[in-house]
Amino acid sequence: MAQRAVALGAGALVAALALGPVAAVLWRAGGFGAFAPGDGQALRFTLWQAALSAALSVALAVPVARALARRDFPGRSLLVALLGAPFILPVIVAVLGLIAVFGNSGIVNGALEALGLPGITIYGAHGVIVAHVFFNLPLATRMILQGWLALPGERLRLAAELGLGPREVFRVVEWPMLRRIAPQAAAVIFVICLSSFAVALTLGGGPRATTVELAIYQAMRFDFDLGRAAMLACLQLALALAAGLVALRLSGAAGMGAGLDRVVPRWDAARRSARALDAAAIALAALFLLTPLALVAWNGVPGLADLGWPVWRAAGQSLGVALASTALCLLWALPLATRWGEVMGLLGIAISPLVLGTGLFVIVRPYVNPVALALPVTALVNALMALPFALRILRPEAEAIRTDFARLSAALGLSGRVWVTRILLPRLRRPLGFAAGLTAALSMGDLGVIALFADPERATLPLQVYRLMGSYRMEAAQGAALLLLALSLGLFWGFDRGGRNAGA
Amino acid sequence: MRATTIFAAAMTCAGAAAAQDRVLTVYAGDYVASEWGPGPKIEELFEARCDCDLEFSTGDLLPRLLLEGENTDADVVFGLNTDVTRRARESGLFASHGQDTSELTLPVDWTDDVFLPYNYGHTAFVYDTDRVDMPPQSFEELRSAPDDLSIVIQDPRTSISGLALALWVDAVYGEEAEAAWGDLADNILTVTKGWSESYGLFTDGEADMALSYTTSPAYHLIAEDDDTVKAAIFPEGHYFMVELAAKVASTDVPDLADDFMAFLLSEDFQSMIATGNWSIPAKLPREDWPEGFQALDLPETVLFYDEDEAASRKDAAIEAWRSALSR
Repeated sequence: MAQRAVALGAGALVAALALGPVAAVLWRAGGFGAFAPGDGQALRFTLWQAALSAALSVALAVPVARALARRDFPGRSLLVALLGAPFILPVIVAVLGLIAVFGNSGIVNGALEALGLPGITIYGAHGVIVAHVFFNLPLATRMILQGWLALPGERLRLAAELGLGPREVFRVVEWPMLRRIAPQAAAVIFVICLSSFAVALTLGGGPRATTVELAIYQAMRFDFDLGRAAMLACLQLALALAAGLVALRLSGAAGMGAGLDRVVPRWDAARRSARALDAAAIALAALFLLTPLALVAWNGVPGLADLGWPVWRAAGQSLGVALASTALCLLWALPLATRWGEVMGLLGIAISPLVLGTGLFVIVRPYVNPVALALPVTALVNALMALPFALRILRPEAEAIRTDFARLSAALGLSGRVWVTRILLPRLRRPLGFAAGLTAALSMGDLGVIALFADPERATLPLQVYRLMGSYRMEAAQGAALLLLALSLGLFWGFDRGGRNAGA
Repeated sequence: MRATTIFAAAMTCAGAAAAQDRVLTVYAGDYVASEWGPGPKIEELFEARCDCDLEFSTGDLLPRLLLEGENTDADVVFGLNTDVTRRARESGLFASHGQDTSELTLPVDWTDDVFLPYNYGHTAFVYDTDRVDMPPQSFEELRSAPDDLSIVIQDPRTSISGLALALWVDAVYGEEAEAAWGDLADNILTVTKGWSESYGLFTDGEADMALSYTTSPAYHLIAEDDDTVKAAIFPEGHYFMVELAAKVASTDVPDLADDFMAFLLSEDFQSMIATGNWSIPAKLPREDWPEGFQALDLPETVLFYDEDEAASRKDAAIEAWRSALSR
């Protein structure tokens, strides 16, 4: 009973925090605004790119995750951590990294030119998809990898004893796991891509790549048409919830049965062809994901010397915000790690950050000075926005534990507290570590709502990167971006490693 | 001896505390108050003459002010552009600035008694002389430039400089604007959300030219001792961009707000703002500009829509851009 009350409370808090600001903006506007002529086209493009980005990210993640799940090699854990990096980079930095690789003066075109081959262009609808896959392939890979690692070893042992080949193992053991995990991973990525805007515009090459989020930005910042912004935000919200519900229907129940809860080698993957396939999947993913990062790092080195006190102070504040968000997000996610909890959680990324920030401003302002609350509010909103990712990571295993150990705990008559501390948490350490790492890194790199009401003293590191760029200091900005990349990765690596060491 | 020192120190503290009681709250765009913007210098100069505490509060300038309405804490706003002044004026939140604008050194006439200009520039395409040997000499030449000349611009729906570009093309080409955009489309590598992203692509060597300001070369010349960045000057004229400040009617320190308005046109401020904000001072003869600014190539013809004209042309100008580039 108590657990149920906590879950309801956590869900209500998500709903209030996500929907309250929209309601506040609506109330301030005095009603919904009207659609504009270009909105239909923007909606079509938004849906098209989000669906394609989600499908491709998940499809490409399957071979990569499988390869990582069944191979062990030196540097594997470092690679797994590094592969997560694109997802946690600030958008502007990642885009510049991608352009350094695929742009007109990027290294790919340089190599093509040296070979006398015609060049490629990254600008266009395909560029938007490439960028979204770059951002989200790591997320999909890690979510699916998590599923692979949670397969009961007994199943694989049994499959090996029965002499099942790779194809049968896939059908009997792996496919049910993928059916459970992939639709939800795709839903999360679809919702992230729904609110894409700067990436879509820059790589899409112009107004053809207009998204709904851009229309919200325009309504909010330029036309001060709050009613229109609120209406478009609700449209985005409806699309996100629809995606969440479809995913919920598509993904079957767990039903894998209880195992002895430990990692077991794979007998079916020893063939040479399987080895070659896995090696190729890992090498290609690493090349695609790590080259832009390496260039971001390389370009940032000269600027490191220019970083002054304001950048270091912002780095410290960002670290504080990231750690606070992480604690908050995990406390929030644990009771919500259920089917409906996960749909609720999508609310956090389904609301346009601009509307969220403005709504919070409207709500808070009569009581306190919002500027004084800039950092705590940022921590709270970052926790809310990381919630769907944390839930996606925690839920499959939390549910499996609940099903698998239900008989045991019923037989022993375990109390809620003993259940959480003795059964649930120890088994959740691996996904908890991953979720904490992701939340911390996301919070570190997110511009969030702080841009709406920050004062000079309370800046986060991403904000300082933008400020440096805005004052012509491109080299220092790249140095600050490198610092941001290093800190985000450090947080991610630290938490994730803690979880995985405990699990193995 | 020691007692008097302590007493004197205590008095100084008390004096400082009394001065701190009077606070002038200045709402400004986000870039202003960062270490790299003009904010810290403005604070230092103004506090030296006002016996008060100037506090910047940064963020989304006008949206925030409109949200707060009459209850705003702002005494002064700093950093508005002409494309939002109509909206700002209609809010009725502002008082007259009370300054004499007849001595301004702007290239256009300025008679507005609410919004006070403190610096200006013009839209321009900048290029690097190491990479572009034959920059276009006019808008017409840019229209017919070879396809391999790549340009990055900003989206007029999300960026003030992007909107200025749309109005610039509208002012030069009028009814022909969409055709002009159609010719430019081959050269436009991409469109970014804001100025920073475009300029980053330009400095990274990804694009040959970027939509920026006539004043951009001054930054490279003065701060980096680099004379290779130039603005291409077109005889058709360049669109005028001015930054404005205004006094908030509901201010609780009207005398300080008035002082601040006067300070903006003072020599202290005007001789600082060129290198403080990389813009041309609004009230300073050219011979008094910093050397790097005197060396700038500036247009002879300046195009400008006042706020009513801009409001009436804006939708058509953006639509010409959108439909030509959507093809």
